[in-house]
Amino acid sequence: MRDPLAKKVIDIKPSGIRKFFDIVSEMKDAISLGVGEPDFDTPWHIRDEGIYAHEKGRTFYTSNAGLKELREEICNYINRTQGVTYDPIKQVLITVGGSEGIDMALRAMCNPGDEVLIPQPSYVSYEPCAVLTGAVPVIIDLKAENEFRLTPEEIEEKITDKTKILILPFPNNPTGSIMEKSDLEAVAEVVVKHDLYVISDEIYSELTYKGKHVSIVSLPGLKERTILINGFSKAYAMTGWRLGYACGPENIIAQMTKIHQFAIMCAPTTSQYAAIEALKNGDADVEMMRESYNRRRRFLLNAFKEMGIECFEPFGAFYVFPCIKEFGMTSEEFAERFLREEKVAAVPGTAFGDSGEGYLRISYAYSLERLEEAMKRLSHFVEKLRSEKKA
Amino acid sequence: MEFREELLRIIEKNSRIGTKELAVLLGVNEDTVAAELKALENDGTICGYHTMVNWDNMSTEIVTALIEVKVTPQRGQGFDNIAERIYNYPEVESVYLMAGGYDLMVILEGKTIREVSGFVSEKLSALETVTGTATHFILKKYKDHGTILGKKKEDTREIVTP
Repeated sequence: MRDPLAKKVIDIKPSGIRKFFDIVSEMKDAISLGVGEPDFDTPWHIRDEGIYAHEKGRTFYTSNAGLKELREEICNYINRTQGVTYDPIKQVLITVGGSEGIDMALRAMCNPGDEVLIPQPSYVSYEPCAVLTGAVPVIIDLKAENEFRLTPEEIEEKITDKTKILILPFPNNPTGSIMEKSDLEAVAEVVVKHDLYVISDEIYSELTYKGKHVSIVSLPGLKERTILINGFSKAYAMTGWRLGYACGPENIIAQMTKIHQFAIMCAPTTSQYAAIEALKNGDADVEMMRESYNRRRRFLLNAFKEMGIECFEPFGAFYVFPCIKEFGMTSEEFAERFLREEKVAAVPGTAFGDSGEGYLRISYAYSLERLEEAMKRLSHFVEKLRSEKKA
Repeated sequence: MEFREELLRIIEKNSRIGTKELAVLLGVNEDTVAAELKALENDGTICGYHTMVNWDNMSTEIVTALIEVKVTPQRGQGFDNIAERIYNYPEVESVYLMAGGYDLMVILEGKTIREVSGFVSEKLSALETVTGTATHFILKKYKDHGTILGKKKEDTREIVTP
């Protein structure tokens, strides 16, 4: 028999997070700090709208691009948060989570051989999605001394005449790093200078702890060359509803919508009705969750400080990214021993790119009680490692 | 959220939390927290630090009664005087002035049925301004003070990557 599989697919490495979760699931009393989704339930009034949509028999497909009312609410939301106007009919596509938006954007824009700049550490899907289009991922290694923010020099270093797209993953998973307005302005200049397009993944935009999130589309001239990706999973704790969206120039959104209609048809109808409610009446819930995350963030940073573990202060998402270089182990060795010896799972930074070496991603999408217990175990582990080192 | 409000929201759910931990969670120093708590206690915003008990887990046969009370308001005093006469009874847990079909809601907690009936017939109804009462007994508490009773929330998130 012939090999049924595509070489391009076989060559894609499996997700590095997976391995740790598999060990965790075998371990009974292990605490996981690995999960990348909110621990809150979707706010009740949003769930209620979903139930109501079922009751009213809203069980059909929606139009390919999604419910018009939802697209209008998304445009209102972007207008009130970023002061940017999108046309709900021509410039918005409702997707199955932000992840579909990333995939569709890359598929719509990449020709074989085009280079896609991917800053790392970052979400693990950009690289495989780019590879599947035949594009060439070019990695930018973000640096701890810049708090893992992206600088214009780092972009310039990697630019060739084939560079077409820059992925902009901020607020960042796994580092928690954000890009403030001045950071974005510097990057925007290089983007315009080299005539690049940007795919800005802003799925964590509502979870920032130092002023409100600024989108690159709010800078002059950038809306015309940016696909803005966002969604409902992180802001409204709606991961299971699988709903996101992409906004951008009409010609790109039209082609993304074409692929979306052949591959997906439309995003789930129930979720779209619930999302309208989220955008209309969900601000207070978002604030409540953000404040809760912020308290946990402060708790963790304080715990690291007390243990003497180096960690820059991250102002976004729900991750902290402490440095474990002092222990002389790779991230993976550290994470594996931490899991075996203390039964706490944290994801090695290298799961998000080589530049994550020496770091650990710790998620705070967990209750304070759980985090307290985990930090007790980390403290115990760290003391043990330090005394081993002395001996 | 404003600092004061956030502080109150935290201790409303967990009154055992210490000032040191509060300071970490709120991103301020411990003295600030201590001073704010003192001020909130002094001005009566913080009225006490209680423990929420699910008495259903205890074997003692006790009930919670909600009593609707109709009264005749008194000239120049409205309902305040009669409310005071009622809330001074130590067995009374809460008293609220209500809009709607009756005037005062009186709550007795942690009593036996005999104690409740004794209170209603001998004390409450005997007040001359009280024109009528209706007593309801709570059969089961599902949620109280924002907390769902008897059920611990489990983490049901499945393993998913990336």
